Amino acid sequence: MWVYEKKLQYPVRVSTCNPTLAKYLIEQYGGADGELAAALRYLNQRYTIPDKVVGLLTDIGTEEFAHLEMIATMVYKLTKDATPDQMKAAGLSGHFADHDKALFYHNAAGVPWTATYIQAKGDPIADLYEDIAAEEKARATYQWLIDLSDDPDLNDGLRYLREREVIHSQRFREAVEMLKEERDRKKVF
Amino acid sequence: MKQLPPDYYSELEEIQAADFVIVELALYLHTHPNDLEAVKQYNEYVKLSKSLKKDFERKYGALTSFGYSYARCPFDYKEAPWPWQV
Repeated sequence: MWVYEKKLQYPVRVSTCNPTLAKYLIEQYGGADGELAAALRYLNQRYTIPDKVVGLLTDIGTEEFAHLEMIATMVYKLTKDATPDQMKAAGLSGHFADHDKALFYHNAAGVPWTATYIQAKGDPIADLYEDIAAEEKARATYQWLIDLSDDPDLNDGLRYLREREVIHSQRFREAVEMLKEERDRKKVF
Repeated sequence: MKQLPPDYYSELEEIQAADFVIVELALYLHTHPNDLEAVKQYNEYVKLSKSLKKDFERKYGALTSFGYSYARCPFDYKEAPWPWQV
């Protein structure tokens, strides 16, 4: 069971209408290392991971949905006042033709989200290493987005999200160590 | 959509700050379950968050549905603003 709270995890502000930035940001909405992929990856892996780390995957997966809502809010705020001409100038005419201002799960290049972005190997070490890699890739993506953006208000939210990836990676690394300790202990009789 | 007073934003940020501590400690406790100080701090912020949300909901309406907040009539949870609108 999940419960929705009618608030963002962290405040999202944007300085001006800027559909070009929205086009880049959609990478973290429907891209390979985006928040949707992250949430679905962890919440799917948790059913077959050892009990010791089920809670961690559940809570991080849940936090990813809060981040997905933050990214959606950024995209919404950056595009809500844009004219069709501004959307076209930002390279979003293809998006506009299909979706108007609606959000959609695709990456910055317009490729729709696919389940092939995520893995579930059923091997706890393989799954957790995938999760660590996903967090590091998401961290790098946030850095590239900050480098591309000239909006100080937006960057405040992006920096927050970048730091969360660092924490998640750290916790997953600790989870790997916990499982390795348990595995090594079992060898001693 | 009703006009929001400036207090709305500062009070919401107080909740976001308290809940951030809770999320951060929750993840930490998954890999450090015997850290008593962290558990104490977690519970301290649960108490703070609950009290901040009680005041906030009285002024601006329910933050949650499905029984996690008491409902009032009319049912204000359904009213704007939604998080992306503020």
